[in-house]
Amino acid sequence: MKISFNINGKPQVVEVEDENTPLLWVVRDVLQLKGTKFGCGKSACGACTLHVNGQAIRSCSYAVKFAAGQDVVTIEGLGTPEKPHPVQQAWIEEVVPQCGYCQPGFIMATAALLSENPNPSDDDIDQNIINVCRCATYYRMRKAIHRAAEISNQNPIS
Amino acid sequence: MSKKISRRKFLVRGGIGTIGVVALGTYVFRNPLRRSAYSMMETIVSPYSGSGTEPNLWFEVTKDNNLIVHSPKVEMGQGTFTGIAQMVADEMDVLLDQVQVIAAATDTGIVDSLSTGGSLSIAQLWIPLREMSATMREMIKSEAAKKLNVEMAAINTKDGILSSGGKEMTYAEAVSGVTDWEVPDSPELKPMKDYKFIGKPVSRIDLRAKVFGEPIFGMDAEMPDMLHAVIVRPEHVGAKYKSANIEEAEKMPGVVRVVQMDNWVGIVANSYPQALSAKFKLKVDWEVSKKWTEQDIRDIISVGNGNEMVIQKEGSALRDDDEGVVTMEFKSPIGAHAQIEPNGAVAHVKDGKATIIISTQVIGVTQKQVAEALGIEPENVNVIPTYLGGGFGRRLNTSHAIEAAQLSIAVGKPVKYFFTRKEEFQNDMFRPPTHHVMKGKLGKDNLLEGLEHHFASGNVAIGSVIVPDALHGIIGTDVGAMRGGSIQYRNIPNFRAVQWHSTLPFATSWWRSLGLLANTFAIESFVDEMAIKAGKDAVEFRLTQVGDGEEGKRIKNVIKVASDKAGYTEEIRDNRAMGIAASIDGNSPCAHVVTVSIENQQIKVHKVVCVLDCGLAVNPDQVKAQCEGSIIMGMSAALHEKMTLKDGQLYPTIYGPYDMTLMKNSPREIEVHLVKGVEVPLPVGEPPLGPIAAAVANAVRRLTDRRITELPIKLA
Repeated sequence: MKISFNINGKPQVVEVEDENTPLLWVVRDVLQLKGTKFGCGKSACGACTLHVNGQAIRSCSYAVKFAAGQDVVTIEGLGTPEKPHPVQQAWIEEVVPQCGYCQPGFIMATAALLSENPNPSDDDIDQNIINVCRCATYYRMRKAIHRAAEISNQNPIS
Repeated sequence: MSKKISRRKFLVRGGIGTIGVVALGTYVFRNPLRRSAYSMMETIVSPYSGSGTEPNLWFEVTKDNNLIVHSPKVEMGQGTFTGIAQMVADEMDVLLDQVQVIAAATDTGIVDSLSTGGSLSIAQLWIPLREMSATMREMIKSEAAKKLNVEMAAINTKDGILSSGGKEMTYAEAVSGVTDWEVPDSPELKPMKDYKFIGKPVSRIDLRAKVFGEPIFGMDAEMPDMLHAVIVRPEHVGAKYKSANIEEAEKMPGVVRVVQMDNWVGIVANSYPQALSAKFKLKVDWEVSKKWTEQDIRDIISVGNGNEMVIQKEGSALRDDDEGVVTMEFKSPIGAHAQIEPNGAVAHVKDGKATIIISTQVIGVTQKQVAEALGIEPENVNVIPTYLGGGFGRRLNTSHAIEAAQLSIAVGKPVKYFFTRKEEFQNDMFRPPTHHVMKGKLGKDNLLEGLEHHFASGNVAIGSVIVPDALHGIIGTDVGAMRGGSIQYRNIPNFRAVQWHSTLPFATSWWRSLGLLANTFAIESFVDEMAIKAGKDAVEFRLTQVGDGEEGKRIKNVIKVASDKAGYTEEIRDNRAMGIAASIDGNSPCAHVVTVSIENQQIKVHKVVCVLDCGLAVNPDQVKAQCEGSIIMGMSAALHEKMTLKDGQLYPTIYGPYDMTLMKNSPREIEVHLVKGVEVPLPVGEPPLGPIAAAVANAVRRLTDRRITELPIKLA
């Protein structure tokens, strides 16, 4: 069956056998956007976090049928090296990634948090950024989240 | 296509401690226009086997005058590619952003046939890589001299440009069309003061790929016409595959083939979700001869059980009938790697040749194992390593590459295969559980008269493909499990360390820092307890008894600096207490001072002051990043992580229930201070895991009067 949604700002029609296929696999294997990662398949690690209508969604457990007619944004659509999203800019400034595998998920989760809460406190960060990073880059991520808030507040995203 | 030229042999000194680095070889150089290659091959005598390995580096100059380095080591987060780029840039006289580093594939470069691990990459490459880069620079200069018609000595090199008397040429122009190279003697390396990048906190070279989601990992790899596969792995420890009823699974949508091998069954389908759905329809018959329990494991891993090996012996043993002897037992649990990128591979076998794209720490071993399993020559297996979504020792075992290759043979197409998360947790190559008996006796001046560490562990190095079993016959012990097991307090007149080794019914192996985390927990908790019994300050008690040799001096220094920087005190202030611990691993001493409070029986680590002596830090910022990561990963093992046997199966099987340190319980303050006790780079990525568990337990002791003797540390 055909399902239509916007992916990174562009309309897209995908053909799937099963409407319950997780959005993650449609994004990765059909649309060939590999930045959204598979980690656990059970919504437990957050490596597959992307945005549906601006909300952070764990796409490994989100059926593609729910994306129909919605705006889906992945790490590839968040920003570019030429025009990085404030979260990406902050991640670069603080040199956050180590292995890097979980980082798109964290960046997407952080971008969604900042759009709702432009100045998250440390406690807000603790409660909202609940993905898993095995390299344990949490110390730098916390600094980068505060820095991203600063950057966004200086140059509000239109 | 490559053309080797005049082979030359030379020796370089390098590596650490007893590790000698011997290089013999030819340069490999590739000009993208002519694809002419010239090679330099170096042989690193491994610290373990002494047998030769052949990491080879390829330098490639692109048309637009950038440099591609084909690294013999992989990048798994530790920052090695950035360190490599810094070393190459400084000796090649190019800018850092002119250097790109990629992992060499077995077909196009010669890779490190041992491993990327042991926190050794930068330490091992320190001399040979700079010598190769400097030699390569001279070779380019020599070609430029001919083209510019000037004396080679009159040529200056800077930012990838050669210049002499107003004439200029890029490296790319200089190497263009060269088919025959002269390889000079290795030139003298630059003095440290001339380095622009080495020793500086430059940014990681892989940031862009990792912040914008480029497809750089094994999981992201694809091949044309590729299919997707799952394999059914056992849930019970020790279960053996008998047979499977595949009837229903075969009929599931998208299933191309159910592949039945002697000891496993897999499903190949058009998409991963289809393969996974079909898997639930398979009825597999397993032979479970015994349902292993926690108690079974504890009985096996017990001091006094298994093979005994005395690894340290000074003075006389403490007597059990001596009233003054204090004895305490410590334990650590089974730990999982839990790296976020699952294990897997993309494989294609066609016409007797195999291509494997994989996240691996053992490129050469992966190649050899696939070749053996398929009955083909290793040169017919091209292993293409990718960036690793975490390593931590897990990817020193890549038997899944064989399975991916076999699946590809079965369907005659490229196949991507990877583990589910449950399979990762139940079929990990775990960190073995440990048991420790510490003994000590206070004597004159209330200092230790005797100190003993008796410890039991499962396999770490034994049984591993990268350590020949014969070596263990010679050494007599598991060289991985013993890491951190020795007594560093050499001023004590009587001390010893005794290891007991047993093999468990499930696979155990390398987990970042190996035995260091648990061994240091036992030793440094016990020493702390003895300091309290002696009525002495924990810092002074340690400083007095650490040895006076070179190693001892460096250990004392990290303890002193950590104590000073943290303002270590035995007092409880604002309901917060400090804990200190120190260890030495891979010749890199490290000390942590942690500040801890307890609220509602929950331990909160507020601040960690870390002091590491890793010698020369090629990239101080990335060394700090490794310390921060090691501290939090170590805290995770110390305070949260534990695999348990229930009804013959290992649990938990998912993040969350496998409790880990996350953002909310990471310390909000981490201060890393680097001290330089020697002038060469030493291991970084594991030593800071050593003291963290004991440091936390020592702080908890001061807050509660309770001595915690088991990991993970729990109060309730």
